[in-house]
Amino acid sequence: MTSAGIRAVWAVLTVVGVIILFWYAASVPMNIKGVLTEFERAGEQVDPPKAVDRRDMSEFELVFDNPYAIDETWDQDRPRLPAPHQVAEELWETTVEKKITSKRSLIYHAWVTLSATMLGFAIGTGLGILLAVGIVHSRVMDLSVMPWAIVSQTIPIIALAPMIIVVLYSIGIQGIIPKAIISAYLSFFPVVVGMVKGLRSPDAMQLDLLRTYNASRSQGFWKLRLPASMPYLFTSLKIGIAASLVGAIVGELPTGAVAGLGARLLAGSYYGQTVQIWSALFAAAILAACLVGLLGVLERLVLKRMGMSQ
Amino acid sequence: MILVLFAVFLWLFGWWLNSRLASGPQADSRAVRFLAPMIFGLTIIAMWELVVRGLDVPLVILPAPSVIAVRFADSLPILWADFVQTIIKGALSGYLIGCSAAFLMAIAVDRWDFLRLGLLPVGNFVAALPIVGTAPILVMWFGFDWHSKAAVVVVMVFFPMLVNTVAGLREATAMQRDLMETYAATYWQSFLKLRLPAAMPFIFNGLKISTTLALIGAIVAEFFGSPTLGMGFRISTSVGQLSLDMVWAEIVVAALAGTAFYGLVAMIEKAVTFWHPSQRG
Repeated sequence: MTSAGIRAVWAVLTVVGVIILFWYAASVPMNIKGVLTEFERAGEQVDPPKAVDRRDMSEFELVFDNPYAIDETWDQDRPRLPAPHQVAEELWETTVEKKITSKRSLIYHAWVTLSATMLGFAIGTGLGILLAVGIVHSRVMDLSVMPWAIVSQTIPIIALAPMIIVVLYSIGIQGIIPKAIISAYLSFFPVVVGMVKGLRSPDAMQLDLLRTYNASRSQGFWKLRLPASMPYLFTSLKIGIAASLVGAIVGELPTGAVAGLGARLLAGSYYGQTVQIWSALFAAAILAACLVGLLGVLERLVLKRMGMSQ
Repeated sequence: MILVLFAVFLWLFGWWLNSRLASGPQADSRAVRFLAPMIFGLTIIAMWELVVRGLDVPLVILPAPSVIAVRFADSLPILWADFVQTIIKGALSGYLIGCSAAFLMAIAVDRWDFLRLGLLPVGNFVAALPIVGTAPILVMWFGFDWHSKAAVVVVMVFFPMLVNTVAGLREATAMQRDLMETYAATYWQSFLKLRLPAAMPFIFNGLKISTTLALIGAIVAEFFGSPTLGMGFRISTSVGQLSLDMVWAEIVVAALAGTAFYGLVAMIEKAVTFWHPSQRG
């Protein structure tokens, strides 16, 4: 590895380390009141002894007065802010130590969300590419559809999610399909806009060259426009898959779904299981990072094979 | 059935009209560029109305546009209160706090190379994550009112804004920086007169991405708990009561607010970055 590379890795590790340290530090004042209440119930000496007096005091003052409680703030059952190791433990327990078929296994929930995400992403991307091809080749579609595709990106489409779920439920469709539709919807527009840009990216000189070759329109598409659009496609695929995952997670919220990462988030927030929320959040983050990373690898391979990588 | 046939006929007519416009001599004029999408949109809405009426689609599946419009006009006070709660209080305040915090952070990141090396990959990573998921946690911390929604928005807009601003601040070329050096410009002089203006297209890109994110954050956060007010609250409760016309009215509000918010930022961009090639077309 080059020295610049090592330096970059060090810098990232330092930043991550600082974040974790800050996280530990923040969980002390965040959890101190709960810890002191527990101590008081256990009959231990707390300063000040009455919960009423503690309520209006600042958290930092309480930490200062009861330094022996600091240790306990990182080890609560239902902390306001769980410490990093608690989240890591929960993640470990619910992924590695539980059977995949178990309802408490995060892998099971992640799979439920992932399958909806992938189905939706495939539908959304496919339709998006088709529409982009249509827009590039048909002047009518370009004029009448494209402005709406752009405008629709400024709209919080996700507000439609609860309605899509309930309406589909009322006509008897449930399970993976409604979530996939929301996912597809969210990944659709970024792909359309990106692909239109990509399919139009060949400049006049290149198009003229093909004309001198007497290339037909479809040859122009397969040999010039489509290859030229690949970098744009991958950029929008990365945006699209992240949006798909958000769509699938939000799609699990309104029905009070029983499975999936969104359902874990919702159940956690109903029952105050903060550690569960945080671990579901991290599972979603890891999933998103894997998906985007996978596309990144694919992008590098494809572009390298095509001789387009810089 | 007659109405459905009429809808099909209308579609064909609209498409024919747009084809004529698109292949006509005026195809590149502003009027056609404005008219064609309008015709398309109106045709869709008219077809929606006709098909819903023609097939007697029940209200709980898809209300007709006219029903939605009536509901919209009838419940203006409620919609306005929801708009203020979600967009003005939740989304807008979070947007302002998040974007300015990210901007200040970006200056620091740009100034110290170590921070840039360390924080930028982390920021890029976080910008791709489903940050909406922090909503239940933040609702738990900041309560049900708009403060928690603003907090979700802050977290959502922070990283896209940070990444864009940092990229923008590096936009000035080495030649331009050298020129500032030969003028003996101080750090802040060269920042204000060269790097900040050069960064503006990137900053506005971040600001524009953030407008949509802000609305999404504010609305989704309300699904995790809210006072009996707000667009997300109204959407989820109206869905529960199967009054879909109200849901659609809220969606219309969300769409109008989103477009207006984005349009406002785009207008400011036009005024600020008038010198940029993309604005001089």
